[in-house]
Amino acid sequence: MVGIKSYGAYIPRYRINHNTIFSAVGFLGTFPPPGENAVANHDEDTLSMAVAAGVDCLDDIKREEIDGLYLATTSQPYMLRQNSALVAAALDLQNNIRTADFLGSNKAGTSALLSAFDAVKSGTSTNVLVCASDCRVSKPGSSQEPLYGDAAAAVLMASDDVIATLEGHFSVSYDFPDRWKTTSDKFEHAWEDRFIRDAGYAKIIPEAISGLLKKYNLTITDFTKIAFPDLYPREHAAIVKRLGADPRQIQTSLLDKIGDAGSASPLMMLVAALEDAKPGDKIMIASFGNGSDAMFFQVTEKIKKIGNRRGIKTNLETKKELASYEKYLAFRNLTPVELGMRGEIGFHTPMSTLFRERETVLALCGSKCKSCGTPQYPRQRICVNPDCGAVDQMEGYRFSDKKGVLFTYTGDNLAASIDPPAIYGFVDFDGGGRFWFDITDCDLDSIKVGMPVEMTFRRRYFDESGGVYGYSWKAMPVRA
Amino acid sequence: MAEGIRDKVAIIGMGCTKFGELWDKGAEDLMVDSFLECIEDAGVEKKDIQAAWFGVHFEEQSVGKGATSMALALKLPFIPVTRVENFCATGTEALRGACYGVASGAYDIALALGVEKLKDTGYGGLPGGPGLLGSRNALIMPKITAPGSFAMMATRYFAVYGLSPEEGKKMLARVSAKSHHNGSLNPKAHLRREITVEQVMNAPIIAWPLGLFDCCGVSDGSAAAIVTTAEMAKKFRPDPVYIKSLQIALSSGEELMYTKWDGAHVETGFRAGVLAYKEAGVKDPRKEISMAEVHDCFSITEAVTMEDLQFSPRGKVKEDIESGRFNLDGEQPVQPDGGLKCFGHPIGASGLRMMYEMYKQLQGKAQLPERQLKNPKLGLTHNMGGFPAMNIVSVAIVGL
Repeated sequence: MVGIKSYGAYIPRYRINHNTIFSAVGFLGTFPPPGENAVANHDEDTLSMAVAAGVDCLDDIKREEIDGLYLATTSQPYMLRQNSALVAAALDLQNNIRTADFLGSNKAGTSALLSAFDAVKSGTSTNVLVCASDCRVSKPGSSQEPLYGDAAAAVLMASDDVIATLEGHFSVSYDFPDRWKTTSDKFEHAWEDRFIRDAGYAKIIPEAISGLLKKYNLTITDFTKIAFPDLYPREHAAIVKRLGADPRQIQTSLLDKIGDAGSASPLMMLVAALEDAKPGDKIMIASFGNGSDAMFFQVTEKIKKIGNRRGIKTNLETKKELASYEKYLAFRNLTPVELGMRGEIGFHTPMSTLFRERETVLALCGSKCKSCGTPQYPRQRICVNPDCGAVDQMEGYRFSDKKGVLFTYTGDNLAASIDPPAIYGFVDFDGGGRFWFDITDCDLDSIKVGMPVEMTFRRRYFDESGGVYGYSWKAMPVRA
Repeated sequence: MAEGIRDKVAIIGMGCTKFGELWDKGAEDLMVDSFLECIEDAGVEKKDIQAAWFGVHFEEQSVGKGATSMALALKLPFIPVTRVENFCATGTEALRGACYGVASGAYDIALALGVEKLKDTGYGGLPGGPGLLGSRNALIMPKITAPGSFAMMATRYFAVYGLSPEEGKKMLARVSAKSHHNGSLNPKAHLRREITVEQVMNAPIIAWPLGLFDCCGVSDGSAAAIVTTAEMAKKFRPDPVYIKSLQIALSSGEELMYTKWDGAHVETGFRAGVLAYKEAGVKDPRKEISMAEVHDCFSITEAVTMEDLQFSPRGKVKEDIESGRFNLDGEQPVQPDGGLKCFGHPIGASGLRMMYEMYKQLQGKAQLPERQLKNPKLGLTHNMGGFPAMNIVSVAIVGL
């Protein structure tokens, strides 16, 4: 049976309270509902979050078994250069896999999930990883700003060992012009909220769900959980009620905790539902964006055996509130920030070097000496162990999934940084290997020599003249 | 069988400009200044110089690549001039080239000159973009600065030897306060104000745990030396200074990528010291080395160098710092001219500047009586380039 074999999620460390937004730009808009949004750190974006969700999902799963990666987003960094291929490279997936970007609509996440289902069901693929991620930059003071949050979810669609089978699906498509953005727009445009709510949200989602129920001869009360994005809290509850469901069936909204995560939103809800699911549960999800995809899953006995995932719960618990709106603007490059002339020294990314060293840079792969067993990063041809020195006896060795301890560190006020001081240090990896890395998602006074750290894929720089976003791995304190 | 260059080469003349933020001097001006002082001191003429070695690190900030800038500035008459570069140890590399040229028998008289014009960048600290360590590193490495890289050694030193941040910072503050005292006495030094231990400890943090006064001056300047064979040296002056050893060691990658290095010392410093003591026949450096100019780019660098050079036992430098051993009036004065800390650090010139101080002290010509050390026998220079985990250290020992 085809269905979900594993899941994962990622919510960035930072949150911004709606009050913080309102106190800064409240004069431009109305008071938002209470709550907070997840905010990507200055070194995070759609792709880095997609990788983080993918890492969570692939925790104990062999990466060689993955034969497809679909990325869903409405905020892809690259218009040309396949975003999913970059995510696959960071996840150190094989080369002989199928990658595809699903773009341009908030239903892209469920579209990717359905395409993965079709690929697996047809026998074309056996394990397709679907990452849905959105890090949308809203115009300061806009109604989107307190509504949108940054997050990512990952679901592995597979042919066996599934924790939930995909039992059915039903889709509707409308050129519903609630939100739009051309290639020349920095920010999206939106039509009046009442139109989006009444002519779209309140009609299109029920249409997809009703279509699904009718197609498979089901009733709404058959479902343990019904999960769809919460854009309008009152209407979110009202839809469920109108469908004849009990309020207890509704999957708890994440709107006041992380905001709406765009294309990732329905998958985040699905992951949250799976975290609490028991064998036999039926879960329905639906997306909203130029139509809706509704699908339903039946949870299997294997749900009991899925290993620890950070998923939604752990990611929600480990957070830090962003102290100021100005910091948020700086993180999203919405306000000019003085980096000093040192920060203006350009770097023209050598693309051929990047490709040659793609495993070094994007996958954090080094080498391990077959003669003495010493892992080393970056890859070496001559073993770094002074008692070995073997030549060309190396095999590939992935560091991205190894934890380590902080050997030493500093907080550097001289180095150019959006969020000074720039914290960096040395990591001694469990199992061997040492290198220096930036340390992110931490405060200088909370880190110590010897503390456990893990690796995280981040956007390290923007080479403006070359039009290149540069990615590589950083260290961070282990997130509980 | 190789036997090194002990007592084969002598320095017969040296020159050194004032170091500082020399807004009205370009690199070419500085080269001319140190060169003129140097050949006058040596009593040689330009036509006597058969070969030259030129050290500059950040060529893009001043003179450009190659060695033509020096040949043109000094109007050297079609002689071989070689540019060398080895991070902040560039100055000693220039001297090493000249010394080996003479020791090989290829030349009788050679010139070594180092220069750096740092204050044309528009900002404090050293220049250096993402490409400093090559394009692969630029794609994976943090944007490490010099203070940050050495701060990590301080963090590590405190952790390894169980010092609280306050204890550690106080130990380092004494290092800087000592050098400021020495610098205050030196007319050619960049920074000439005395500072207190409290001022050092309370200064703004540059890279935790290092503050402003844990960092050396970023300066413009030039220094130069004329070397000749030991046989010919006394024809030029009665007090030539002989090279007892000139050694260099580079990181192997072991510190950066293998997990054995403790991060609380500089391995190359220890190794270069061992090589230099062997070449010079020094058995007990704590007793036999009269004075030293070491690469105190940061206070922590000087502290660990005292241990690397075996002046202090491992982990015990704090006691020697507290007892005043390395003060101008101590048993083993270190940085008598103020060091990089206060004399300043125009990168390509620094190694030669260190030698200038040893040379003058050995000759009893340290300008002011309060600066002159009493009968020094052996002087040591220690010139480091790069980061603690990935660097070059050169150690030279000289004596009369």
